[in-house]
Amino acid sequence: MEIAHYFDMGKYGPYVWSCYGLTALTLIANIWSATRAHRLEYQRTWRRLQHNPRSED
Amino acid sequence: MLRRLRPWLLWPSIILMLIGAYGGLWLVPMDYQQKDAFRIFYVHVPIAALSLGIYMMMAAAAAIGMIWRMKVAHAVSAACAPIGASFTALALITGAIWGRPMWGTWWTWDVRVTTEVILLFLYVGYIALRNSFDDLSRADRTAAVLAIAGSVDVPIVKYSVIWWNSLHQGATVLKFARPSMDTSMLWPFLVMFPGVMLYVGAVLCVRVQTEILKRERNARWLSARVVSGPGREYGDSALF
Repeated sequence: MEIAHYFDMGKYGPYVWSCYGLTALTLIANIWSATRAHRLEYQRTWRRLQHNPRSED
Repeated sequence: MLRRLRPWLLWPSIILMLIGAYGGLWLVPMDYQQKDAFRIFYVHVPIAALSLGIYMMMAAAAAIGMIWRMKVAHAVSAACAPIGASFTALALITGAIWGRPMWGTWWTWDVRVTTEVILLFLYVGYIALRNSFDDLSRADRTAAVLAIAGSVDVPIVKYSVIWWNSLHQGATVLKFARPSMDTSMLWPFLVMFPGVMLYVGAVLCVRVQTEILKRERNARWLSARVVSGPGREYGDSALF
């Protein structure tokens, strides 16, 4: 079977590929946003501790 | 512990999802009715199922946090919300894309679709409610009430196709009876589903760590860890 058939998927290609593409984008965006939020919170805590190292239990 | 666990969840999840996607896109035969459009099943169904599963986890953690006053349970609940909201939105979008060639319309006020939209509103409402408080413990308690009350929607989404006449097809795999799908078409789903579950676990680990940082910022044990950690230049990926 031709490779073009695999991508075309009998006229359903745009629907199928857009779903897989959007899913991949969402999964990547979730990793990026979780990592970014963690890094920002970590840096905020680190900066605060440099200015005020005293902390409570 | 969460930091050590993350790569063990993430890398197997990526491998499983790639195998599942490859199988779903190229290896399985086309459906005799839906033709190649049915391949959307392998991404739509795991994402939609987990949009419900994550909500149940969020509500259960909120209930544990309310009853036993456990801060870490509230942290888990807060960490679930953005992942669940993105999965619910994605389930609705992929469902609309699948609906266009199968139902002839992008959108219909079908019971399953409508209750899934309500689930998205619950996630967004939970996040908005949390962000409206400066005091984290008040935010935890108030948002927990919404999460617990909203869990009523989950069984309605799940069983809507059984309880009412629906344009949406009934359960194919996630049901007590034998899956109504041949094994030759089922296996990519059985690979993809645990892959997406592991992925959720990996992202949840990072988000729970962030929530713990917010809640325990004044604790001595955390200060010692942060000071001895990677420091201000912390730029490595928190996930890998």
